[in-house]
Amino acid sequence: MTKAVKRRSSRTGKLSTTQEAYKKFVFRKTAFMGTILLLIILLTGIIITLGPLDITVTEAYCALLDKLYPDCFNVDDLTEQVIWNIRFPRIIGGVMAGFGFGVCGCVMQAVLKNPLASPFTLGISAGAQFGIAVAAVLGISVIGGPYLLIGNAFVFALLCSGFIIALATVKGATSETMILAGIAVNYLFTAMSQLFKYFASDEQLRLMTSWGMGDLAAFTWERFPLILVVFVICIPLLMSKAWDLNIMTAGDETAKSIGVDANNVRTFIMVISSLLVATVVCFTGTIGFIGLVAPHIARMIIGGDHRFLIPASGILGAFVLILADAIGMNIIAPTIIPTGIMTSLIGVPFFMYLILKGKRREFWT
Amino acid sequence: MMIKLQAKDIIFSYDSVPILKNVSFEIPPAKLVAIVGPNGSGKSTLIKCIDRILTPQSGSILIDRKEVTRMKRMDVARNIAYVPQNSLRIFPNNVVDTVLMGRRPHLGWISSDDDEEKVWAVLRLLGIEELGMNNFNELSGGQQQKVLLARALVQEADVLLLDEPTSNLDIWHQLDVMNIIRDLVNKKVITALMAVHDLNLASRYSDRMIMMKSGKIVAAGEPSYVLTPENIESVYNVEAAVRKQSETPYIIPLKQAPIGRKG
Repeated sequence: MTKAVKRRSSRTGKLSTTQEAYKKFVFRKTAFMGTILLLIILLTGIIITLGPLDITVTEAYCALLDKLYPDCFNVDDLTEQVIWNIRFPRIIGGVMAGFGFGVCGCVMQAVLKNPLASPFTLGISAGAQFGIAVAAVLGISVIGGPYLLIGNAFVFALLCSGFIIALATVKGATSETMILAGIAVNYLFTAMSQLFKYFASDEQLRLMTSWGMGDLAAFTWERFPLILVVFVICIPLLMSKAWDLNIMTAGDETAKSIGVDANNVRTFIMVISSLLVATVVCFTGTIGFIGLVAPHIARMIIGGDHRFLIPASGILGAFVLILADAIGMNIIAPTIIPTGIMTSLIGVPFFMYLILKGKRREFWT
Repeated sequence: MMIKLQAKDIIFSYDSVPILKNVSFEIPPAKLVAIVGPNGSGKSTLIKCIDRILTPQSGSILIDRKEVTRMKRMDVARNIAYVPQNSLRIFPNNVVDTVLMGRRPHLGWISSDDDEEKVWAVLRLLGIEELGMNNFNELSGGQQQKVLLARALVQEADVLLLDEPTSNLDIWHQLDVMNIIRDLVNKKVITALMAVHDLNLASRYSDRMIMMKSGKIVAAGEPSYVLTPENIESVYNVEAAVRKQSETPYIIPLKQAPIGRKG
């Protein structure tokens, strides 16, 4: 094999037009991610200025940099307090949540080979919602104290996906089985949550409903180390499988013939991404739309190579989420529209526009 | 005689429905071997068992005298490449990225220029370089088949398995794909084992033929030995005439045999 290929690969030094087009394509992918990252940083500065206390964009950046280089800038104390303790954590929370949802949606769509897959396909949100219901109505929680609700959401979310992964592993994991099982479990847990709602008092009901809408308000600095640790462990693990994910979209048989053990990779990805999503979901509640759509938008723009697609989905998810959240916070201030509602209100029309505008029959290509 | 690929007593069944019953054969290096047989005779299953896409219940497969069933999957991929039957993709890539997948057994997380250069070399070899940026699903059947072949070739394995590589192609593309494979075999680059439906195409291009019926090998050897009216009637239940054209036997199906059932 090597011989024939080498004989023909004598480098002419000149690239053909197709080769140049491919190089440009690779450059475009990197450029796209760089642009969105830049937009996120710009948007952060702008979002910080929005709110009851007047802050300029310059002040916003100065206050942020002031923490790193304490003596370089002159920022007034109140402004810094507002920025660092109120406005900035929410943005960081939004970035992390959006990134997590985007990445997980992307890898789950790849291993399940289904454009409808998202972090919530496996009933993760339904499980978390039920966890909240149990904590709210019965006051029963796995973890006590301030983490009463969050702990329960986390455990039940993992319980849901764990059940499906176990089922698929024992029976031999095909992607169709997993999606069907996920939807079934989704119905089950939704039904149980509704049963709890039926018996809940007004106060308990309010708690359950507000969580179900999805909100970034739960992000505070104390909670970040925990989330950060999960991110630092999970994201590189998912990224390390980028090649295998590329290959798995071509089908399990092809994957196996190229040396990728499809079933093992699928289980691995599902375990890691469930852990990641459960961690985010228990703080934010249901913000499902990002995980479904961010990977599709990214795929339309930069194609299907997961080495680029995973981070791009994450960055795009982060961007859409903080944008939507900023609008939700300010459009009819002082009333705050919950993040989950706002992402869908803004994201769905945008997504529809992309589908209509796309020339291709399959909009996700 | 040197043996490149050897199968010994392979038994495989799906949920206790036996598909392969004690299949054994030996293939010398740099030969093109065609597996023929009626639908459901176990051709595709045999090929999948050899590549460990399916795991046989018993029997052994040796490549260069090494046991395939005990190799790691990546090692199998370095020794055996597989061209699947064509199918559309749910998340299609462009042609270069699709072919680049075949480099997976050889690369780390970052693909090197060398890997990319190999991809371009194979695309040039197959005459589809200008399709590099096209989306896989937008190609014609013949072009898609060549892309799948390219992906298997960049894997740089000595043994190439093909599952019906010509089934959806017009006659020009059938000859084109077969000529490419024949050429690689002649240059001693690969040993090829392919499942084929078209007996005449198999007869014209293969060095050896393996004829299967109901999970068993009925006849094996040179095409002129395997393709006899008697064999075709007993395996396919079709009465056929055999004509020679420049030393190659060609089959002309005459009519269905009156009795018996089709395999």
